[in-house]
Amino acid sequence: MADRQPAPDTPELRERWGNFAFSPEYEAKAKKALARYPEGRSKSAVMPLLDLAQRQVGEETDTQGWLPLPVIEYVANYLDMPVIRVLEVATFYFMYNLVPVGKYHVQVCGTTPCMLRGSDDIIAACKARGMKKGEVSEDGLWTLTEVECMGNCATAPMVQINDDNYEDLTPERLDAVLDALAKGEQPKTGTQEPGRHTSEPSGGPTTLKEMVTENHDYRGEW
Amino acid sequence: MSLADKDRIFTNLYGFQSAGLKAAQARGDWDDTKALLAKGQDAIIEDVKASGLRGRGGAGFPTGMKWSFMPKESKDGRPSFLVINADESEPGSCKDREIMRHDPHKLIEGALVAGFAMRARAAYIYIRGEYIREAEALQAAIDEAYDAGLIGKNACGSGYDYDVFLHRGAGAYICGEETALIESLEGKKGQPRLKPPFPAGAGLYGCPTTVNNVESIAVVPTILRRGPAWFDGFGREKNSGTKLFQISGHVEKPCVVEEEMSIPFRELIERHCGGIRGGWDNLLAVIPGGSSVPLVPAEQIMDAPMDFDGLKELGSGLGTAAVIVMDKSTDIVRAISRISYFYKHESCGQCTPCREGTGWMWRVMKRLETGDADIDEIDMLHTVTKQVEGHTICALGDAAAWPIQGLIRHFRPELERRITERADAMQEAAE
Repeated sequence: MADRQPAPDTPELRERWGNFAFSPEYEAKAKKALARYPEGRSKSAVMPLLDLAQRQVGEETDTQGWLPLPVIEYVANYLDMPVIRVLEVATFYFMYNLVPVGKYHVQVCGTTPCMLRGSDDIIAACKARGMKKGEVSEDGLWTLTEVECMGNCATAPMVQINDDNYEDLTPERLDAVLDALAKGEQPKTGTQEPGRHTSEPSGGPTTLKEMVTENHDYRGEW
Repeated sequence: MSLADKDRIFTNLYGFQSAGLKAAQARGDWDDTKALLAKGQDAIIEDVKASGLRGRGGAGFPTGMKWSFMPKESKDGRPSFLVINADESEPGSCKDREIMRHDPHKLIEGALVAGFAMRARAAYIYIRGEYIREAEALQAAIDEAYDAGLIGKNACGSGYDYDVFLHRGAGAYICGEETALIESLEGKKGQPRLKPPFPAGAGLYGCPTTVNNVESIAVVPTILRRGPAWFDGFGREKNSGTKLFQISGHVEKPCVVEEEMSIPFRELIERHCGGIRGGWDNLLAVIPGGSSVPLVPAEQIMDAPMDFDGLKELGSGLGTAAVIVMDKSTDIVRAISRISYFYKHESCGQCTPCREGTGWMWRVMKRLETGDADIDEIDMLHTVTKQVEGHTICALGDAAAWPIQGLIRHFRPELERRITERADAMQEAAE
């Protein structure tokens, strides 16, 4: 079980986040999320709403975002749920950050399929740049987390940084991605292997070769 | 013999072409779906039964039979739901991701056809939170389908009203368990429910619910178009169809590929993965179905058919067909110990044997990595895995136990060697 605690409830925290409310843009997204569930089942929207709240906090702090207790209370109030029920959800699911993180949350997958393809070297490369697990770097840019299987096993090893995946990594390729981010550029996402498109065998697909160049309709051959 | 491209269902698997509606229609999706629905609910279920389709999420339960457990009419006004399990989190698995970001219309059309067959009011697709771009692609496809009148009111002009909603998870492996998934959809911690009642009786919001894997649903329209006999023509008896295999680890070219069920392991690797890194003599072991299934040593897997029954005979399983290949450079104890850490991390904490056992097993595995243990502890560890297995509400306890049992079954000499070597080294140092 992941042992996760909310950040301490301090006067400073209340001062900073006590007045949190969805911005008009996030309010619209929240309403859209609520509309997906039947009447009387608005509690189902607690996960999307926590995600939205975390993202808005991220925008306000120029980080990936996190969930201070007053923000969790805001979501509870929004959905008319007891705070403890929302806190339970926030602490149960790993993607809700319970403490502040950096601008870029560097989440390196370390589970066996990535480990077999060299995730140890990827984590070492992050540490060599001064990142420490679970801490925000001094410049506020980075937080390193080792995460569990991200479902990119055929393009391992990989890292998810905020909303994007970078796959087929080597320490050098990772450095190139992180250097670009540090400079404020957007690196190419997905596989970093030259010539590879997605999860086809490197060097070109062994099947469905027509699809590479045209939207082939195979029905004529049925 | 190999599966021909014309018999592959997921033709845009690698995303070389657009995932959008127009391109998907040009490949054959949403082609007169109204006519598929016009076959009628029972006929669709019969076709799926006859195709031999078994659930692609790991357990391999016959899909058509699962659908037939749903009520044919609502006696008390409760609606029925189809819930699609897109919480792909089993280490090694990365197939549903390709469907959702590259061929999402197959899934949405399947959701309509399957939901119609089981008389559901709507489908909820529960996608794992980490699939952020995948969720965006899938939502875009859902929006396109609504705009084109393919789902929503009078879906495809069939007179049937049907909604498809996307729900994102937030990073909990356990939500791949169907009742945990339902709890999570209801806005709670994802802790599995006791069964019975089964979801088909009381699932989402207490209503009749069927939970199916993404791949199981996405193959249905093609099965109906080409006929159950076509699908049943692939693979050995009771292991029908085509299947997305995901090969990771120590092969030359890891990949995702659709192949015929029952393809021999060697052929799968040679044909699509460029062989084992360092050659076949360098193969140590394979985890053939995702991290939950026991590993199989090289000599047993090499010519084994990759299907449900073939791998069961080897004391393992097909699972999600996530094939994790390990060559002789692998620290096999660490490879399994890392899986133990995964289960410790992902245990939901509800049942004591799992909550305490996964941590205990991981700590012993960690010591076995360096041989810091007594020989007796191997048997003790095995006993504890047996005490966890089958004594929890859901199968996560079993999934944590099996990899360790597989390791002890096939690599006990390696475990003993590490313990003896360390003891000898300590002895020498003491002298």
